[in-house]
Amino acid sequence: MTARPIAVVGAAAAGLAAVEALRRFGWRGPLTLIGDEPHLPYDRPPLSKQLLHGVWESERLLLRTTEQLDPLGLDLRLGTRATGLDTATRTLTLDSGERLDCAGVIIATGVVARTLPGADRIAGVHTLRTLDDALALRARLAGPGRRLVVVGNGVLGCEAAAVARELGHDVTLVGRGPVPMARTVGAEVGALLAEEHRARGVRLVTGAVDGFETTSAEGAAAAEGAAAGTGDAPGGPAVTAVRLTDGTRLPADTVLLAIGSEPAVGWLRGDPALDTTDGLRCDAYCAAAPGIYAAGDVARWDHPAHGLPLRFEHRLNATEQGMAAARNLLAELAEETRAAAGTDPATDTAATTTADEAPAPAQERRPFAPVPYFWSDQYDIKIQAYGLTDGADQVETTVLDRAERRTVALFGRGGTAVGVLAAGLPPRQLRALRAVVATPVPWEEARATVRAVTTG
Amino acid sequence: MKITLDADACCGAGQCVLIAPEVFDQRDEDGVVVLLDAEPPAERHDAVREAAAICPAAVIGIHA
Repeated sequence: MTARPIAVVGAAAAGLAAVEALRRFGWRGPLTLIGDEPHLPYDRPPLSKQLLHGVWESERLLLRTTEQLDPLGLDLRLGTRATGLDTATRTLTLDSGERLDCAGVIIATGVVARTLPGADRIAGVHTLRTLDDALALRARLAGPGRRLVVVGNGVLGCEAAAVARELGHDVTLVGRGPVPMARTVGAEVGALLAEEHRARGVRLVTGAVDGFETTSAEGAAAAEGAAAGTGDAPGGPAVTAVRLTDGTRLPADTVLLAIGSEPAVGWLRGDPALDTTDGLRCDAYCAAAPGIYAAGDVARWDHPAHGLPLRFEHRLNATEQGMAAARNLLAELAEETRAAAGTDPATDTAATTTADEAPAPAQERRPFAPVPYFWSDQYDIKIQAYGLTDGADQVETTVLDRAERRTVALFGRGGTAVGVLAAGLPPRQLRALRAVVATPVPWEEARATVRAVTTG
Repeated sequence: MKITLDADACCGAGQCVLIAPEVFDQRDEDGVVVLLDAEPPAERHDAVREAAAICPAAVIGIHA
């Protein structure tokens, strides 16, 4: 029998970390990496920073060179989409119609950008998730004096607004709430960011989008001729304004929809064994079903230290979880092999690993219990946070230096400190703050430590 | 083992310092990675590989 592959679906940070870890932890069988984009694995955080700004070119975003990928011996399927998974037999279906009978599967399909109905038919309206998205928006912002409306004042919207302002464009940032990034950083840090954006010349507007005003199709075609090479689909109407539900009209020639994302789980909905409510539901080991694991933005798993299911769209989590899923899948396959060795071969099912597929060294399954980390760069401000900030019921923000935007904030949930955020602090202090929330501690104890760290 | 850094791309996450503090440090002013030992002894190779794999900006290069 031909050895079945482990397939990793999703060829970005989490998928790459998974295939590398599978090899490092001893998987010598066939290894398939499937990515729906045509590009080699690349890094996403720079898309809304260095790439959009134009200081980096696309090549700089590649996470590995082909020379670095070659030794992994991958069956690399780029530009290929998985369309279905039968968890009972661990069989993937690809958009080519091919079916892949797998020893195990790691799902790292990430998220897709949310959009508004009809937006994809209007020239000048963009989303920002993929390299191609970022290049299209960058081409648009390469010309002088664009009038950009960013819809959504979360992390992505704020970063893109900052870059567009630095490039000299007229920028309006629209949010449903008045304070940028409030859900992620709390109201007071958000207010500091609002101050900075205003000081840099960004117009902040509170409201919800009702629709777009556009040119007629003929007018758009003419405008398109004038803006040749911007990467927009020609011929459609072009955006001229964003209309808010309160009647406000924001003139725009370019719009970025930064209104969040949806986990890419649509292709998994055919299998009743999987829970795909807001991501692919996993246990503490990142397992969604026997032999089926998930990692990165798409995975919602039980964090053992926090006792609730969590899903992060954070760069570091993608890598750490990709590695954890790889380790735990190999441990499970090794266990299956041991179990199968003690049974009659006739009862050996398709979903059981054969001896030649078994990973060499036995791994132990471990719950995935990371200290979450994210960062955001806006102008000269770098925000860094450890633990959980979203969903806190208690936030204490200490502004250490308002002009310099030096700040620390502690986030609590049910009387326990669960997250800490800082801007403008030296790395030694940051690492000390990380220790405060590495394991949940009582709020008062964490407060005292934060005070000691930041005043010491 | 020889380590190289693409420090311009460093995002200052500091994971390398947490994993291999004898090999990596961060600049005080901006948190950018600093190499303390470009050719670390064998007992630190696993930690360095781990740090390179974890680095969220793929800054750490490892050469034989």
